Amino acid sequence: MNIVIIGATSAIAKASARIYAERNESLFLIARNESRLVELCSDLKVRGAKSVGTAMLDINKFNEHEKALDSAAEFLGSIDIALICHGSLPNQQQVEINFKSAQKEINTNGVSVISLLTILSEKFITQGHGTIAVITSVAGDRGRQPNYVYGAAKSMVSTYLQGLRGRLFPHKVNIVDIRPGLVDSPMTAGMKKGALWSSPEKVASKIVKGIDNGKHTIYAPAYWRLIMIIVCAFPEFIFKRLKF
Amino acid sequence: MEVSGWGRHPVTTADILEPVDSEMLKKIVTAQKKSDSLICRGAGRSYGDSSLADKIISSRFLDSFLELNETQNTIRCGAGVSLDAILKLCIPRGLFLKVVPGTRYVSVGGAIAADIHGKNHHVDGSFCNHVQSISLMLASGEIFFCSEHENSELFHASCGGMGLTGIIVDATIVLDKISSTSIQQQSLVANNLRECFDLLEENNSSKYSVAWLDCLSRGNELGRSMVFLGEHVDASQSKQNSNSTLKYRASRGINIPFSTPGFLINKLSMSIFNKTYFNLKKAGKQKSNVNYNSFFFPLDNIGIANWNKLYGSKGFVQYQFVIPSDAAFEGIQQVLNKVSSAGKGSFLSVLKKFGPENKNLLSFPKEGYTLALDFKREEQIFPLLDELDQIILEHDGRIYLTKDARMSEAVFKAGYSNWEDFLKIKTQFDPSCIFASKQSNRLGLS
Ligand SMILES: Cc1cc2nc3c(=O)[nH]c(=O)nc-3n(C[C@H](O)[C@H](O)[C@H](O)COP(=O)(O)OP(=O)(O)OC[C@H]3O[C@@H](n4cnc5c(N)ncnc54)[C@H](O)[C@@H]3O)c2cc1C
Ligand SMILES: NC(=O)c1ccc[n+]([C@@H]2O[C@H](COP(=O)([O-])OP(=O)(O)OC[C@H]3O[C@@H](n4cnc5c(N)ncnc54)[C@H](OP(=O)(O)O)[C@@H]3O)[C@@H](O)[C@H]2O)c1
Repeated sequence: MNIVIIGATSAIAKASARIYAERNESLFLIARNESRLVELCSDLKVRGAKSVGTAMLDINKFNEHEKALDSAAEFLGSIDIALICHGSLPNQQQVEINFKSAQKEINTNGVSVISLLTILSEKFITQGHGTIAVITSVAGDRGRQPNYVYGAAKSMVSTYLQGLRGRLFPHKVNIVDIRPGLVDSPMTAGMKKGALWSSPEKVASKIVKGIDNGKHTIYAPAYWRLIMIIVCAFPEFIFKRLKF
Repeated sequence: MEVSGWGRHPVTTADILEPVDSEMLKKIVTAQKKSDSLICRGAGRSYGDSSLADKIISSRFLDSFLELNETQNTIRCGAGVSLDAILKLCIPRGLFLKVVPGTRYVSVGGAIAADIHGKNHHVDGSFCNHVQSISLMLASGEIFFCSEHENSELFHASCGGMGLTGIIVDATIVLDKISSTSIQQQSLVANNLRECFDLLEENNSSKYSVAWLDCLSRGNELGRSMVFLGEHVDASQSKQNSNSTLKYRASRGINIPFSTPGFLINKLSMSIFNKTYFNLKKAGKQKSNVNYNSFFFPLDNIGIANWNKLYGSKGFVQYQFVIPSDAAFEGIQQVLNKVSSAGKGSFLSVLKKFGPENKNLLSFPKEGYTLALDFKREEQIFPLLDELDQIILEHDGRIYLTKDARMSEAVFKAGYSNWEDFLKIKTQFDPSCIFASKQSNRLGLS
């Protein structure tokens, strides 16, 4: 299989790529940090990847998206799986009061993904097969005080994916929305970790399994589906008083 | 955040930093002030306080494989790669680590920093004997390539140097070729310590050897034990075909969320020991082919990943020492007598024969015998361990740093005669002494 991963140096992406490498798949990695891309490339080759290509991309340079994805298509031939992983967890206090920061975060977590999806959709329609999987977040399920800018960007992507799923269905392209809960990755460095936290490796194994099985929405791990049903069930008059 | 070693004592509050690459690592190291201590931590399998400090750098994201050379049988990888990950990669390719400890869940960095040993020390030496080179980040933020030939002083200080010279970023390790993952195991009974020593001595040419000792037996039965010997099965000599035998096997037990009362661990180990001991005694001697997991990593296979919680909420202390061959029998007999008459030691202890020591300044192994004992942590054991320290020193022995949580500076310095040379090199490369652990502060190394 041929797989392109965007935001490939993220901890969850790296762990997913390793699973594919162990299955001897071909990978194309897109990320912004060159030395880490090179390192990941060697790692995946050692683990058994059939071939690994790379391209550098700062995800907020929207006009470079097409070129990066073209080079992926050129390297891989057809693309069986596109996995979009990049993201950033904003400083909520800052984005609440500073629109420029909020805009940047919404671009990173939301708009950039939509730009990538627009380009990928055309490629996948032409191919007539494949899976596009995107890591969103349980934070998109309901806006909450401590992270609603991040949540809004993620929910924008989730909503977009629901519509896109219908559009690409006749073309035999599956759309997977991956919603991790709390993951012990560099994104959450310094936060106190507890029982509900998962490792990037655990989340990655859920992602790969979900893609294998043609799932639509994956809560990773699965108990987050239940947690979010409960979170979403709170009446607004109570919820607006909650700080979590 | 609260952190501890595998023995869950002592517990300290630390900031844990998790750099994703050497650039980020460099930022952390060069920003470090003298006023608080900074140490690297791998998988946290050392028992005491050697990976504890005010600031802890975790190597968990420095976990890439960089190169596998199947003609020279070497692997270069990040310091945060676990030995388990190496085995998973290498076994299907017919390669194996030259030295493995009693658990697969240690990092390459931790294995080098403690210069760990396996059941084959008498034949193959310790882990660092098979480390071709390391890349070490110094206090200045520079990365030095160190090997036997390049920066060799720094190499021999850092191998076994408990993270005090700098941070190992990656390493190149020489691997062994195997044709099967099976180990031909031979199990023998020893009715007392003398017999146990004799068996280990007689079987000195066996690649792997180790003895499990019942620490609570006394009198004529003092040191009653089982000796396990092992060799890699050669697939070409046996009926199995190598495709089916070169299989990595994962086994991760469940995590128990709470500590259990301390007596359970003794019950568990006692029942395992007694069952095997009496069966073996009936049979006299036993030969069988076993999977590498059960031979090397029995503790990884008991079905509980965090079995250290079985020792109760106060944690435990492991005490491992080595005594040179000529004094070993007498010294170990004295130790066992003391422990069994105090009735304090945990039931099971492990005895091994060591081969000659290497050039690393703070490495633990030296020609002789090593015994490892567990003690549930309670106040009475500390004076007992102080007494054991004296027996060890009287017999020209020393105590393993990666297991230690309590030895005094004097005991350390008496046991490790190269400590001054080590300190000289540390000071040369870390003049402000930013790398320090709770242990190194206690032992006068920082
Ligand atoms: C069940 C069990 C069985 C064991 N059996 C054996 C055995 O048979 N033989 C044996 O020798 N040991 C054995 N050990 C001990 C273990 O191998 C050592 O404690 C080893 O150092 C643990 O590695 P770690 O990655 O967990 O290191 P940690 O516990 O995280 O750290 C140990 C030391 O290494 C240093 N360190 C870690 N990473 C780096 C780095 N990247 N750069 C510089 N310094 C670093 C730390 O500062 C610290 O001083 C056993 C431990 C357990 C829990
Ligand atoms: N961690 C969690 O608790 C959690 C929970 C739910 C959802 N998620 C989502 O999971 C995904 C993966 O995150 P992670 O947990 O694996 O954290 P991570 O390791 O910090 O990954 C985030 C990645 O996004 C990349 N990135 C950020 N801004 C970028 C930009 N402008 N251009 C290019 N790349 C950029 C980062 O690149 P660099 O490597 O170069 O910094 C990094 O690789 C993200 O979408 C995140 O929102 C995470």
